[in-house]
Amino acid sequence: MSTPVLSVRDLVVEIPTRRGVLRPVDQVSWDIAAGEILGVVGESGAGKSMTGNAVIGLLDPPARITGGQILLSGQRIDDLPRDRLRKLRGNKIGMIFQDPLTSLNPLLTIGDQLTETILEHLDVSPTEARKRAIAALDEVGIPAAAQRIGSYPFEFSGGMRQRVVIALALCAEPDLVIADEPTTALDVSVQAQIVALLKRLCRDRGVAVMLVTHDMGVIAEAADRVAVMYAGRLAEIGPVREVLTAPRHPYTEGLMASTPLASQGRARLRQIPGAMPRLEALPEGCAFHPRCPYAQEKCRHAPGPDIASCDGHAACWFPLTNAAPLQEAGA
Amino acid sequence: MTDMDTQIPQTDAVPAAPSRLQRAWDSDFLYAFRRSPVAMVAMLTVTLMVLAALLSPLIAPHNPFDPATLNLMNGFTPPMTENQFTGQSFFLGTDDQGRDVFSTILYGLRISLFVGFAAVLLAMVLGVTLGLLAGYLGGWTETVIMRAADVQLTFPAILVAMLIFGIAKGITPPEYRNEVAIWVLILAIGLSDWVQFARVVRGATLVEKNREYVQAAKLIGRRPGAIMLRHILPNVLNPVLVIATISLALAIIAEATLSFLGVGAPPTQPSLGTLIRIGQGFLFSGEWWILLFPALTLLTLALSVNLLGDWLRDALNPRLK
Amino acid sequence: MLNGGHRMLAYIIRRVLQSVLVLLIVGLVAFSMFSFIGDPIDNMLGQERTQADVERLRERLGLNQPFPVQYLKFLGEALQGNFGMSYRQGRPVSEILIERAPATLELAFMSGLMALAGGIGLGVFTAIRRNGVSANIIMSASLIGVSLPTFLIGILLIYLFAVELKWLPSFGRGEVVAIGGWTTGFLTESGRKALILPSITLGLYQMTLIMRLVRTEMLEVLRQDYIRFARARGLREKSVNFRHALKNTMVPVITVTGLQLGSIIAFAIITETVFQWPGVGLLFINAVQFVDIPVMAAYLMLISVMFVGINLIVDLLYFAIDPRLRLDQKG
Repeated sequence: MSTPVLSVRDLVVEIPTRRGVLRPVDQVSWDIAAGEILGVVGESGAGKSMTGNAVIGLLDPPARITGGQILLSGQRIDDLPRDRLRKLRGNKIGMIFQDPLTSLNPLLTIGDQLTETILEHLDVSPTEARKRAIAALDEVGIPAAAQRIGSYPFEFSGGMRQRVVIALALCAEPDLVIADEPTTALDVSVQAQIVALLKRLCRDRGVAVMLVTHDMGVIAEAADRVAVMYAGRLAEIGPVREVLTAPRHPYTEGLMASTPLASQGRARLRQIPGAMPRLEALPEGCAFHPRCPYAQEKCRHAPGPDIASCDGHAACWFPLTNAAPLQEAGA
Repeated sequence: MTDMDTQIPQTDAVPAAPSRLQRAWDSDFLYAFRRSPVAMVAMLTVTLMVLAALLSPLIAPHNPFDPATLNLMNGFTPPMTENQFTGQSFFLGTDDQGRDVFSTILYGLRISLFVGFAAVLLAMVLGVTLGLLAGYLGGWTETVIMRAADVQLTFPAILVAMLIFGIAKGITPPEYRNEVAIWVLILAIGLSDWVQFARVVRGATLVEKNREYVQAAKLIGRRPGAIMLRHILPNVLNPVLVIATISLALAIIAEATLSFLGVGAPPTQPSLGTLIRIGQGFLFSGEWWILLFPALTLLTLALSVNLLGDWLRDALNPRLK
Repeated sequence: MLNGGHRMLAYIIRRVLQSVLVLLIVGLVAFSMFSFIGDPIDNMLGQERTQADVERLRERLGLNQPFPVQYLKFLGEALQGNFGMSYRQGRPVSEILIERAPATLELAFMSGLMALAGGIGLGVFTAIRRNGVSANIIMSASLIGVSLPTFLIGILLIYLFAVELKWLPSFGRGEVVAIGGWTTGFLTESGRKALILPSITLGLYQMTLIMRLVRTEMLEVLRQDYIRFARARGLREKSVNFRHALKNTMVPVITVTGLQLGSIIAFAIITETVFQWPGVGLLFINAVQFVDIPVMAAYLMLISVMFVGINLIVDLLYFAIDPRLRLDQKG
């Protein structure tokens, strides 16, 4: 088995605040192989974006990595000096942000923004760089790329801009792409196109993708494997088919039941009562137990279960083992 | 079902809610204050100076403006040395008329602070009123007021103040000019500063105007004046206070500048600025203390008020949190 | 594009009309000063005058005509550069102004240069090295620059450099050389020396303002998503700071800076008084003290033209720099 492109091992990110030290990322581990798309899903504040920022080395101080390792193609990158890390960005690791409106510098043409990235990482001439820039725009589906290369970001629609952003993330030929909510700020009709584009490009180039989102539909559509995060910890991880149809963690089950997926027909959606706890006020025991319909005495007191010490799939003392597909609510 | 109810154990007593003072002390605002040594020092300095100014008749060794106590022979005595003629010694020396510099500074401080506060008060009252009217009544009133504000804003406030002072001086017969100078000064600085209050209040009024409590008051039939005063005004005051603090710092500096230029407090009722103007004349003849001490006092005052205002603005700025 | 062109034209016309309105109002104020303050007759005729003298003079000066007519005549004269005779000096005001203008303009130029260069440079420096020691020192020092009244800075500089150290003169322009209608201090050593302290005094406040503004704007820009994205693409810090951040910083900076620099000429009043610099500022203050209305009115109107002009130019400049405002937005 070849080395995975990305290997995150027991990653811990901490933020010292006035009220104590918070852990937005607590013991997170996963691997992503070349050409594979790992979906990272969870509610806002679960720590998904923070993990992505940690991998690419863009944590905003005072947040910092305090434990664990990050390996890119087998090499440790979390302890690299700043300049080495910078060279990795764009060239080995690409990132796509959520809002295409604010991701692009409004005062520079997209051609300029593309060529500067290419020239920074690849050893080519300016003319060659421009050619590649046009080719990159073409690949992401921008019509009349050669003409539009001199346009400014505001001259494009939201969907087009996100395509430009994808082109920018991929133009220096990275091995890993972190996509942080790439479709959240887009119209529904455009979302599917962007997801399909991302999938196609990454499969064709063999790029590993970490797809962060809170939208289960996107996961179902695009991901090969999925990791579910809750309050900074990994709740469940596994192949997407398995996790979505036969979830083992009560939280995942709750998420699936509250997500309108085509396969479920028009049943009433169930909501998970309550809200994800804030990092300053994590409950004792399992972080999910106050909202868990199956919570037992052990869940209330034993310190948060660790996925590795559980069955390796779900961080739960009493994982759901129903192999049967999800019941329709109310049946 | 009722069985289960009776079996539910009593809950533990709820710990006492923190008192209001406790909550205030723990609030973000005072926390930031407690952690900033600069803010605390600035606050202390300002308080001391205000106290000194208020109590000046009691603290000052002499009243520098009572001709009866003045002795010209005392003139030009350096600080803390015995005068060769009268044998008196003065903490910070004397000026050309024999006035004790320390006393003149105390009285000057009083005038500086008085004009500063009064001017800001004037600007605030005027600006808030016009802002309320503009925001609430709209139409022509709003247009006129805001256009006037725009025109005035094209020019730096100090220039406007100079102009107002000049015009007022021109209108006043010469024999009264010294007496009314302080009041004209307050008017000039106040009138040059109303615009920022008006703008902020107008903006806030426009927002409040559409809220339910205003609609309700209108339905009951309250008069516009009452609505503006008792309902809208309390809700638009927050930003006004921040502006007022900063305005105070600016007003004090404006007053000092105008007095220094000779278009402010006259030598008969000198403020710190006037004292500096007088002192500059004696720089080269060697009586440096007549200039230096008033200058240092103004420096400390200006710095403290500015630091306080600066810190206040940062502390109350939601964006920086 | 036609649409965009029309919009710009409409905007320009509206702004110009606004400016003209402001000037007319100022003209009205200036004229009112003339009409209602003091008695010009008193100032021009001596004690020994007869009623017939007064009447003749009134007729000659056109003081018996209705207010609007006088106002228009006043404006007409002003447009031709005729502001009447100074009450104090008995000479045409325009002549006095022309004579003293070079002094103020040279001073303003030097101060402005210092303020811009120092302000932008230090602003960028303290924004980039946000938490460094030197940045903190500079910021603290800048607080002093903003808090202290200009005249106090001037006085303290005089005390230090002229009285104690005796390196620089404490008043006046030094030797000046007359070239055509202009008198310059740049060509003589004493002239150059005399320029130093006043320029620092006048420029310091502006420089601190510009510095703090550039810093604030740049910090704001550096927080933006497109800067994050630039970093995520592995661009060098230098490129991020100067190519991306600075350009976006300058847009709002230019507006305010333009206004600030314009006001240098007005603030020169204070510096000129401190240093007895024979410019139009000192002239104005003396005029206020002596209630020399013609000089006051003339200065007022000239300053207005300058301020209004600067406001207008800066507004139009904004348009030119930000491509988003030039073309109509699509999508």
